[in-house]
Amino acid sequence: MVRWITITVLSVVLIGVGIWGYQEHQDKNAVLVHAENGYQRAFHDLTYRIDLLNDKISTVMATNTPERLSPQMADIWKITSEAHSDVGMLPLSLLPFNKTQEFLSNIGEYSYRVAVRQLDDDPLEQKELDYLAELYEQSNEVKRDLRKVQHEVLNEGLRWMDVEIALATNEPGDNTVIDGFQTVETNAESYVEAGSQFGLTATAEDEKDIQLEGDPITEEEASQFIRKHFDLEESLELNVSESMDGSDLPVYYFSFENDTHRGYAEITKQSGHVVSFILNRDFQEREISLHEGMNRAAEQLKDLGYENMEPTESMQYEKVGVYTFVRTEDDVFYQPDRIQIKVALDNGEITALSARDYLVNHYSRSDVDYEQNITEQEAMELVNPQLEVGESKLAVIKNDLGDEVLTYEFIGQANDSTYKVYINADDGFEEGVERLKNSERIFESS
Amino acid sequence: MDQKKLKLMIMPLLLVAGLTFFAPQKPAEAFTNQVIQQGSVGEDVIELQARLQYIGFYNGDIDGVFGWQTYWATRNFQYEFGIKVDGYVGEKTKQALERATEYDQSYVQEQRNQGKDFTHYGGQDNNQEQQATGQESEAPAPTAVNVPKGFSQNDIRLMAQAVYGEARGEPYEGQVAVAAVILNRIESSTFPDTISGVVFEPLAFTAVADGQIYMEPNETAKEAVMDAINGWDPSGGATYYFNPDTATSDWIWGRPQIKRIGKHIFCN
Repeated sequence: MVRWITITVLSVVLIGVGIWGYQEHQDKNAVLVHAENGYQRAFHDLTYRIDLLNDKISTVMATNTPERLSPQMADIWKITSEAHSDVGMLPLSLLPFNKTQEFLSNIGEYSYRVAVRQLDDDPLEQKELDYLAELYEQSNEVKRDLRKVQHEVLNEGLRWMDVEIALATNEPGDNTVIDGFQTVETNAESYVEAGSQFGLTATAEDEKDIQLEGDPITEEEASQFIRKHFDLEESLELNVSESMDGSDLPVYYFSFENDTHRGYAEITKQSGHVVSFILNRDFQEREISLHEGMNRAAEQLKDLGYENMEPTESMQYEKVGVYTFVRTEDDVFYQPDRIQIKVALDNGEITALSARDYLVNHYSRSDVDYEQNITEQEAMELVNPQLEVGESKLAVIKNDLGDEVLTYEFIGQANDSTYKVYINADDGFEEGVERLKNSERIFESS
Repeated sequence: MDQKKLKLMIMPLLLVAGLTFFAPQKPAEAFTNQVIQQGSVGEDVIELQARLQYIGFYNGDIDGVFGWQTYWATRNFQYEFGIKVDGYVGEKTKQALERATEYDQSYVQEQRNQGKDFTHYGGQDNNQEQQATGQESEAPAPTAVNVPKGFSQNDIRLMAQAVYGEARGEPYEGQVAVAAVILNRIESSTFPDTISGVVFEPLAFTAVADGQIYMEPNETAKEAVMDAINGWDPSGGATYYFNPDTATSDWIWGRPQIKRIGKHIFCN
């Protein structure tokens, strides 16, 4: 009797578990299919867009009038940006695919520049037509390679989920998709090189190492420097390391820790500049004002030997003040030469400093005399008349193309918003308009 | 040092003296003795905004954050009252404000609590409302916060979750570096252009893949993200990092390495 009861109960349990397991299995499959669909969509979109891109480039080559050319170029720009976002949705981050990405972004950047340019006065040169022909050829190859992968994916029912697993476990084996993408990438490498020969696009590798003047310093000197300028206790032990070969700015870096503080500092090996300093601790109630903190920050900069630094931004985040200082020379603000400083508003201690921008920009600039052909008054007339200008100054900024230009910076108000407008001091070109907005409503309603 | 102490002691005295002198009938809520400037947050800013609004110089929200609108209002006020136009609210500006305006903290606070747009324009008789409230209200708190340019509190929160999920066991600078890598990727042409695009890129971060990103981030992670956004980059401009003990991809080892912080090697 007992045996029969046991058997019945066990069978019921077994059937129950079976049903539960089956449902779990179904659920898991549904989730997998869902994820797979997302990947498939991004992949097919990508191949379609590369095809379209190839098409558009060839149309541009056959277009003659600027009226048609500009919108076509804008179209190319849009397609490359969409293709870019498709790639971002595929599990390719562990696969070297950055050359292809760079290739796409180069096309995008170039087409944008042509699209916004006054083609009536400044038509496409022969060199640019050659470049377009080259791009056409290259995009043709990318298109062909991707269409081939697509064909195999469709024909053999390949799954992107398998690609993901293969990549995540680093066992690519003979995954057709991965092989296909690797072919695309290998070819793209030569495209990027070929593209830079035309001098029309900048490659990421163009950024060179930063050369600082002055003598190399030793580890010991670097650690002395930190102790001296950042008031560290004698007992605090500094752990030193050196940056590796891939660093564009060779540094010694230090970390230190005691019960309450955790800190980090970077000093350049060449001539011993502070690149970065961070001190992390708990902050007490605010005792000093944002203004007082700014004065402390200015003192610290003087102490470190930075002269003529002017505060351009100050911001209070809970119990700390964060300030941006910019180098000035003859009343010109050199915006790229900036240093950020963070001051604890409980006791006025400098808790962080970042001079990387200053070092990178200041020391890579050769002596340039900026042309100044228009007066402030003339520049002001070029600003949107809606803008009620409240402040103006001369500033060197980096423009959209990454070049440093001397501009008049106007800050003014229109429709309750504040804007910064940069007018080139040489030719009056409106280099940029920026809306200034620094605060946001707290969403939580308590 | 002694001089500083002396100053600190004298300042409040002066302030109290100034108050009784200028506003003998109505002991208005007083500014503290700090110089208020752009970027400041707190009660003093609320008072400043309310006072500026009282005489029609300011028509924005009384949110307790000294933003651009408050800045222009301050400058206009300084200009009209013959004070040096610099946008810093120091002793002179405060005294002029206290003479020219009235500030009723509990009234302002009540209006703000009720979520009303503030209506404290000059000459308006608010005696009735004031009597109705009677009780002491708590000190006003800002209803907005400073955020770095181009970022919302929610963006910062999302990044903090990613940093917390990826690097919560790391030293502080290691967490800042991870946040900086996310920002470097946004800048780079070979990665997506948004925080969410970079964070949720498939296989880019293990914490995203295994769901650790949905944990509640701690304060340290948030501070690290703020530091990175404000310009600190201990990674040295890196766009990749990996844990050498667990990294499975050969390719990642081939990238030019910049430095090692904690368990992570940062590379380009």
